[in-house]
Amino acid sequence: MALLEVRNLDVRFGLRSGEVQALRDINFSLERGERLGVVGESGAGKSVLGFSILNLLSQPGYIAGGEILFEGQNLAAMSPKQLRSIRGNRISMIFQDPMMTLNPVLTIGQQMVECLLAHRKISRKDARRIALQKLKQVQIPSPETRIDQYPHELSGGMRQRIVIAIGLLMDPDIIIADEPTTALDVTIQAEIMDLMLELCERNSVALILITHDLGIVSQVTRRAMVMYAGRIIEQGPTREIINDAQHPYTQGLMNALPQMAIPGQRLNQIRGSMPPLQNIPTGCAFNPRCDYVLDVCHRELPGFTRSGGCKVACHMVAQMKLEEEAAVHALEVK
Amino acid sequence: MSAQTEPLVQIKDLHKRFSISGDFLDQLKFRGGKLVREREVVHAINGVSLDVQRGEALCVVGESGCGKSTVARTVMGLLSPSAGTISYGGERIDNLSDRQILPYRRKMQMIFQNPYASLNPRMTIAQTLEEPVRFHNPKAPASEVRDKVHEVMQSVGIDPTWGKRFSHEFSGGQRQRISIARALAVDPEFIVADEPISALDVSIQAQVLNLMMDAQASRNLTYLFITHDLSVVEHFGTRVAVMYLGTLCELAPTKTLFATPRHPYTQALLSAIPRLETGRPAHIRLQGEVSTPVNLPTGCVFHGRCPHANERCSRDIPRLIATGDGGQVACHAVEEGRI
Amino acid sequence: MNDHVQTLDAPPSAWQRFLDSHLWHSFTRDRVAQFSLLVFVAYGLMALLAPLIAPYNPYDPAQIDILNAEMPPSWEAGSDPAFWLGTDAQGRDLWSTILYGTRVSLAIGLCAVALQAVIGIVIGLLAGYRGGRVDSLLMRFADVQLSFSTMMVAIVVLAVFQATFGTELYQELAMVMLILVIGIAEWPQYARTIRASVLAEKKKEYVDAARVIGFKAPRIMFRHILPNTLSPILVISTVQVANAIIAEASLSFLGLGMPVSEPSLGSLISSGFEYIFSGSWWITVIPGAVLISLVLVMNLLGDWLRDVLNPKLYKG
Repeated sequence: MALLEVRNLDVRFGLRSGEVQALRDINFSLERGERLGVVGESGAGKSVLGFSILNLLSQPGYIAGGEILFEGQNLAAMSPKQLRSIRGNRISMIFQDPMMTLNPVLTIGQQMVECLLAHRKISRKDARRIALQKLKQVQIPSPETRIDQYPHELSGGMRQRIVIAIGLLMDPDIIIADEPTTALDVTIQAEIMDLMLELCERNSVALILITHDLGIVSQVTRRAMVMYAGRIIEQGPTREIINDAQHPYTQGLMNALPQMAIPGQRLNQIRGSMPPLQNIPTGCAFNPRCDYVLDVCHRELPGFTRSGGCKVACHMVAQMKLEEEAAVHALEVK
Repeated sequence: MSAQTEPLVQIKDLHKRFSISGDFLDQLKFRGGKLVREREVVHAINGVSLDVQRGEALCVVGESGCGKSTVARTVMGLLSPSAGTISYGGERIDNLSDRQILPYRRKMQMIFQNPYASLNPRMTIAQTLEEPVRFHNPKAPASEVRDKVHEVMQSVGIDPTWGKRFSHEFSGGQRQRISIARALAVDPEFIVADEPISALDVSIQAQVLNLMMDAQASRNLTYLFITHDLSVVEHFGTRVAVMYLGTLCELAPTKTLFATPRHPYTQALLSAIPRLETGRPAHIRLQGEVSTPVNLPTGCVFHGRCPHANERCSRDIPRLIATGDGGQVACHAVEEGRI
Repeated sequence: MNDHVQTLDAPPSAWQRFLDSHLWHSFTRDRVAQFSLLVFVAYGLMALLAPLIAPYNPYDPAQIDILNAEMPPSWEAGSDPAFWLGTDAQGRDLWSTILYGTRVSLAIGLCAVALQAVIGIVIGLLAGYRGGRVDSLLMRFADVQLSFSTMMVAIVVLAVFQATFGTELYQELAMVMLILVIGIAEWPQYARTIRASVLAEKKKEYVDAARVIGFKAPRIMFRHILPNTLSPILVISTVQVANAIIAEASLSFLGLGMPVSEPSLGSLISSGFEYIFSGSWWITVIPGAVLISLVLVMNLLGDWLRDVLNPKLYKG
């Protein structure tokens, strides 16, 4: 059984102008110790996905259907009390802005100790010892002094390390990291990413890395999902997606990177922009921006086609696959 | 070589300090029973000299707090330098009055980082774009102004019929196009772009970069491009200036810099770019804590994190030396041949 | 190259924009706000149309008969059907006097607030935009002004004026004096609010963009920043008008406000106060109720506006 399995997840927002579907037919699973990347541009629904897994959506968002199975238990149907025993304990979350996690009026130590005491029956002294040990794990220099400092006394990179330490505090099974390094400088980002990888590997923690940066996904994760307008449009092994993307959007995203173009030449841009959720085109949501658009793309939502190790939601890929199979079949008959 | 031609913009030994201790009353403090006046100062730029050649795209890269945006804002006259001079076409412009600087405002324009804050939410797009045209051509008839606005809107890919709309009706990428249109509306020759694409999505970044490159080709523009994103620099820049804590570490033609980075900081920066090709990164780990521009380290500003630092680095400030391949680097280790 | 697949509908008209706005939407759902606005509009109409609605002209001595003094309202015994709210101690029709009084009170409130707003906006914009010394100086000045209570300043100024130039001149100029005194005493409220929002707006890049175009400071302040600070201005204006009306009523009650011959709601309450124990309660109580409900609806409107326009509360 997979550690986490999401089935047909459907998340909606009840807005004044009507109901909006933020996520639709989300299906994926995560094994123990696996690292999964979620890639997409802003508005693709990747952060909503992170929040929904922990059932943390706030009004007006809600889970309208589907299951989120963590070790077989459905998080979407749990009572708030049961959820609390899982959140932060078995599944923890790291945000882009460390100050979303850190309370500015408490010292690092106080926050970590409170967090431990909330989930475990241990003494304050033991809690502090564990906290110190975690700070050492995230390579905070002189943790004995840092533990009594306030968040504002630390640099951005240091704060994000503390947040990671807090995320690891309960020895969780899954860490959901939502753009954990976007606010940091490249050199710091590289250090933090290294650290997270090392810690996840050592403690066999599964990582769901939500990011817009294909480079990071390429370096850190083994499997990846690409999201567009609330839907997973391609998922599979990261290397396969990076080296041989099937969906025209993934291809476009990759080709738009400056490192994929000849310096000084125009970049291969995707025209237009992602539709707002209130206004998603019928059929394939990508059809107004797609170069390979077929008639059927305007009418029908594409299903998933297997292609290598990937699953792709694209009519064009499906059609090519059919033609290929027909050709193979014809050869065999001969 | 570019040395023969006169640079379009010349920054000479620029310094900028900000006081962060508030006004006079906030600066008074009790120390050891005595009332003293204390001021904390941010050393945002510490002696930067840069020439921008006509027609090039000079990229300034560095991490947050390195003073790159301050350079941009000082060049545009939004901040006045604490020391040093800025010249445009050979004329000094940093000490001009509001009236005297007006002719330069037409020639120098700026594109901002945040497309959500750089357009006035109470003005329609047409008003936003007509304003600069009308201001700089007070005698132009209304039809001429309108034609001009239509032309720039078209050139940045915004339908001129959308002029009656307010900025909040547009997406981030469209707003950045409008922002670029506003800069182009007065037909400038020099554009300072302060992180113009870092707030945008990948697919939109490509659109805006293409637009800026098209505009450069068709309007013969010169760019001073501020960014933290090295992969953009590699694509876009003619030359690259790398800054760290308010000083210039290295200045080189883009190809040279990416092929043979000299300064240890540039090397670390380049190795930290998350690339698609490789698996696990083999980046250079920097040691130590990042210093702040409030307590500037002595000697080379980078010595606290530098793997090649020695005793001299913590004492003497390195000077820019030519590397022979068209670049300049400020590093004792390079000068002494240690790296 | 210019690859725009998106098409937009015709831009919405200003009216359409208003109907789509958060303001209108929350108004349609908020009963208290609807009721308050309705009452306020009714007051406004009463004040505006007073000469047309009122059966008598309380300023015209020819229409006043002292023999009609202290008539009770129509539902009490001994009333005269000609005066449905009764009459005051001078024999004026109370209904007509209240109509004219509301007119005076509202006029003083609105004019005083307009004065406050002009002074406060200019000073707040200057302090916020210029910053540094100008800011320190202006804001210390505002602090000093605020440390004197409005009533104290008003009482001292009005009493000195009355003593120096005599009651007759004072009665002639009472309205102007009240507007000036209340207007000048309360500008720091505006200045502080405006300064705070200017400081926030000044950081936004559209201000830099305007500077880069070459606009001078006054144009940037009034054309670019000011329109973006209108929401807080609107909010404090409603509350300030209510405050100004109360201030005027208090001063009138203390005998420093409008003369009895041209009564505001406050001076009407004051004039009836001596008769309250002799049984003629209506001369004080009815104008009092009118004043309280006017101030109440204005404060309710202000609260609602503040809740709606405060971006922290709804943008989250």
